[in-house]
Amino acid sequence: MKNIRLIPRLDIKGPNVVKGIHTEGLRVVGNPRELAQRYYEEGADEILYMDIVASLYQRNLDFELLKSVSDNIFIPFTVGGGVRTVHDINNALRAGADKVAINTYAIHHPEFLPEAVKKFGAQCIVLSVEAKKIREGKWEAYTDGGREKTGLDAIEWIRKGLDLGIGEIMITSIDHDGTKKGYELELVKAVTSFAPVPVIAHGGAGALEHIREAILGGQADAVAASSIFHYNLFSIGQLKKYLLEEKIKTRTL
Amino acid sequence: MRATPKLVIVDYGVGNLQSLGKAVKLFTDQLLVSEDPQEISQADGLILPGVGAFEAGMSGLGIRGLIQTVKKFAESRKPILGICLGAQLLLSKGFEFGEFQGLDIIAGKVVRFPELPEREKIPNIGWSQIYPKSDASSWNETVLKNIPEKSSVYFVHSYILAPDARENILALANYGGYEFCAAVRQGNVYGCQFHPEKSGPVGIKIIENFVNLIPN
Repeated sequence: MKNIRLIPRLDIKGPNVVKGIHTEGLRVVGNPRELAQRYYEEGADEILYMDIVASLYQRNLDFELLKSVSDNIFIPFTVGGGVRTVHDINNALRAGADKVAINTYAIHHPEFLPEAVKKFGAQCIVLSVEAKKIREGKWEAYTDGGREKTGLDAIEWIRKGLDLGIGEIMITSIDHDGTKKGYELELVKAVTSFAPVPVIAHGGAGALEHIREAILGGQADAVAASSIFHYNLFSIGQLKKYLLEEKIKTRTL
Repeated sequence: MRATPKLVIVDYGVGNLQSLGKAVKLFTDQLLVSEDPQEISQADGLILPGVGAFEAGMSGLGIRGLIQTVKKFAESRKPILGICLGAQLLLSKGFEFGEFQGLDIIAGKVVRFPELPEREKIPNIGWSQIYPKSDASSWNETVLKNIPEKSSVYFVHSYILAPDARENILALANYGGYEFCAAVRQGNVYGCQFHPEKSGPVGIKIIENFVNLIPN
């Protein structure tokens, strides 16, 4: 078994890291620079930085803030929020990103994905999918930070994204996000069952067991979590120790 | 008079040089990012970064007239560090989307991962441990000096370094049950398949070691 990646996720609004429930009801939880530095030092495998209102307000990322957050972080740094052009990706990379996560713009303009992949390589382009359950085994893709319906079947959309060349998938469960009741395993499994590229599970982690379930049950290649780390439910070190006891390998420090 | 830049990062149009530059600057102020053959030739140490496909990398060097520049740099025995695609280009041939000539500084080829015993996904994206092919003393006086055996470093790749001579293998790693070459070395020329600039404190130490290989 390969090493599973543990990825703290920073949801950014203005100058702050925020966290909501079902992607709504946002609360300020900290300073992005301090949190990123703390997670880097604790042994996070990557960091996710998502501006959760950029798309909604048709704004660009705050590249100055991004640069200050990525400054002393020497692990992979994935950035998302309002990415619409090759120029945006260039700016994000120049501000310290290694990969960009794209959701809203790609849904409205799928042709952007192969353009981005061609220019920056598949390893740079993460398809971020926010999915809300409609009925058993069916999920709808949402945009704008989980606010807008698209009418698209999330799984069909992911298949299309793969055809267009994306290198990684981040799947967020809107129903589970912020609830701390565990990842939506059926959703994660529905994606990992066919995706030939790495899948990052996101949304709902509230306990150590949830992470184990996402890996063993959901077959996730990587797990993203925010509440558990922001609220100090446990540290990355504690999580690694627990997973090792459960015979799940992570990067050794 | 401006001091001669000690270290140059070759900017040949493939990939993100930001974090690499940031990491190097922790150890030297005399850093130049350049695509100019003249400037590059005058440096004392060279880093060849890059992500992407082999052919794109070679043509990126080619259109800037940098192929001979880098080869001559290697002949002059000044230290070179290739990273990821930059490491792959040091070898003779690449087999990504066809067969292409590399810089041929280290004899060998760049081939796709075979089907993995544990059926893991390709590309390999994530952290794997590196280890020496025989004993750890083989890392003394190299860029891996004082790096503990089995340190974890960050990989993103579908193709692997396959040097012809086993003596050119500096470090090995394992992915999906398959052992592959994680770093190559020939004299002062080094190539890391992984990204030291993304490998946390261990990677930063490797960059520091490389900077220290460059004579003052």
